[in-house]
Amino acid sequence: MYKYDEYDASIVAARVEEFRDQVQRRLAGHLTEDQFKPLRLMNGLYLQLHAYMLRVAVPYGTLNGQQMHMLAHIARKYDRGYGHFTTRQNLQYNWIKLEDAPDILAELATVEMHAIQTSGNCIRNISSDQFAGAAADEITDPRPWAELLRQWSTFHPEFSYLPRKFKIAVIASDTDRAAMRLHDIGIQIVCNDAGALGARIYAGGGMGRTPMIAHLIKDFVPFADFVSYLEACLRVYNRHGRRDNIYKARIKILIHALGAEEYARQVEEEFHAVKALGIDPPQAEFDRIAAHFAPPPFEAGAPDTVDRSDPDFAVWLDQNVHAHKAPGYAVVTISLKPIGGIPGDASADQIDVMADLAARYSFDELRVTHAQNIVLPHVRKVDLYAVWSALREAGLAEANLDLISDIIACPGLDYCSLANARSIPLAQKISARFADPARQRDLGELKLKISGCINACGHHHAGHIGILGVDRKGTENYQLLLGGSGAEDVSLADITGPGFSEDGVVDAIERATDVYVRERTPGERFVDTYRRIGMAPFKEAIYG
Amino acid sequence: MKLLTGNDLSSGDVVWWTGQSWSRHIGEAVDVGDRGDILAATEEAARRVNVPYVIDAQITPEGPRPAHIKDRIRALGPTVRPDLPLKPADPAAGSWVI
Repeated sequence: MYKYDEYDASIVAARVEEFRDQVQRRLAGHLTEDQFKPLRLMNGLYLQLHAYMLRVAVPYGTLNGQQMHMLAHIARKYDRGYGHFTTRQNLQYNWIKLEDAPDILAELATVEMHAIQTSGNCIRNISSDQFAGAAADEITDPRPWAELLRQWSTFHPEFSYLPRKFKIAVIASDTDRAAMRLHDIGIQIVCNDAGALGARIYAGGGMGRTPMIAHLIKDFVPFADFVSYLEACLRVYNRHGRRDNIYKARIKILIHALGAEEYARQVEEEFHAVKALGIDPPQAEFDRIAAHFAPPPFEAGAPDTVDRSDPDFAVWLDQNVHAHKAPGYAVVTISLKPIGGIPGDASADQIDVMADLAARYSFDELRVTHAQNIVLPHVRKVDLYAVWSALREAGLAEANLDLISDIIACPGLDYCSLANARSIPLAQKISARFADPARQRDLGELKLKISGCINACGHHHAGHIGILGVDRKGTENYQLLLGGSGAEDVSLADITGPGFSEDGVVDAIERATDVYVRERTPGERFVDTYRRIGMAPFKEAIYG
Repeated sequence: MKLLTGNDLSSGDVVWWTGQSWSRHIGEAVDVGDRGDILAATEEAARRVNVPYVIDAQITPEGPRPAHIKDRIRALGPTVRPDLPLKPADPAAGSWVI
């Protein structure tokens, strides 16, 4: 894992003290809310429905046991004993007091954490593949590239007041576990014919009220040009992105207006100007960063077999455990989606349990996934039963990864001041309706995603089944969408038709899954069947 | 009726104007009539509340009930955490929101 150097430590410490002073001035009345709001947002502090909400950054979703324990400690000491893992691989606390915020940031800084780049019109926390460094299918660990971008983007003076927020994802395998092409810029690390690593750049993706899939704008950018090229991408956006209309300010709108080819041409032109500035780091600096992500000392000859005699364990093994690049090891995903539970929520005690398991069984590493689950990336296969047993004791052993009850849901109207409808109760009802594990497994991979407003924090456009909550004359109403995907088969979901009540949309989902079960061919997932037969049969069943 | 609501500056808690001060309990809120905007400006300037605003509500036997679900959720707390709302022992709390 990356360790702060003296520069990282000093800028985070300075930011904490700067914010402490700003909070004191706000509480003393020397700053109005209008003056203070942009300052608190730069430190991840929002004002939500019930209280201040603090969003803590988890760069590229990677953290260690000590950091995880700190998240539990803050939940207990300053919040109400729980935290919410988000679709941006971060963590949110819902009940923060303004006067406590500087102390919380100071405590986070002691374990090299912060809330920088979790709000505002800057380059946000870089996201990545939660299996980075462990996945059997990756060509390299994408995190050194993501960390380089973190260092480049943090407090970048030219990009602190962009037309709108800017999200970047970095992956390094053909399997996309990070919804890469639904980011403002998506980066896939690839290997060229000469065997060199470089970046394939996509731009102009995103969800929100105008969902778009990112366009390929450059097939290969060598490391030597990587930062300059990204700088050029941002400069063109910063220069031409619309600041007159918040709904048209994202880069996807600019690229849609210019055309991807013209945007790429302008980036290329700008790149040549930027390159002359000499801002690209030397290979030695990349190597220094990459050394922090060196593989842990995997045990040679670790047994490759697992005792599957416990049937409950075997089910979890098949559903929540993935192949690892090192023989004798596996990647464990801990579901934060218990039946009837709140997607992404974990109690302080559960967070501590996961931290302890990481320390004992996973080289002290954890990952947060954009699907609001937690990963133990490096677990010996011989330890899987012990890990599962401990998770089961903590209420964390739901064997539902990528099944219909593994629902992504934004906080919705229960917490969020932007929401139009509640997301969480709907997720609870759907998971209860499909609670039967055998039925879930029969339905197979089915990614269900719920957003409580058009901003799409719950990724409803990318759901095999998506749900969008709207406000219809003061009453919650839910639009149903089918056929989206945030993975390598990326697609945007289609709206089925008129919306439903909360109970009505649960019934509609069941009718849609009935169509799938009736029409599927062997090996087809729900989304495959939808793509093959189209909307009509589903619409007929849903609206009758 | 019209209610004046906002968030406490320091704690962020949802608060309601009682006629003399701010309360965390909507049952203590009073009708501010057409004085809401003036009260909001005065109270915000005095740093006794953050981002105050006026909402519509109905008078009911159980007390004021905001017209919009968002403000009913603000008044009660998240509907998905029955252990956290201000009226956790009230079995009717959920239906009050919906």
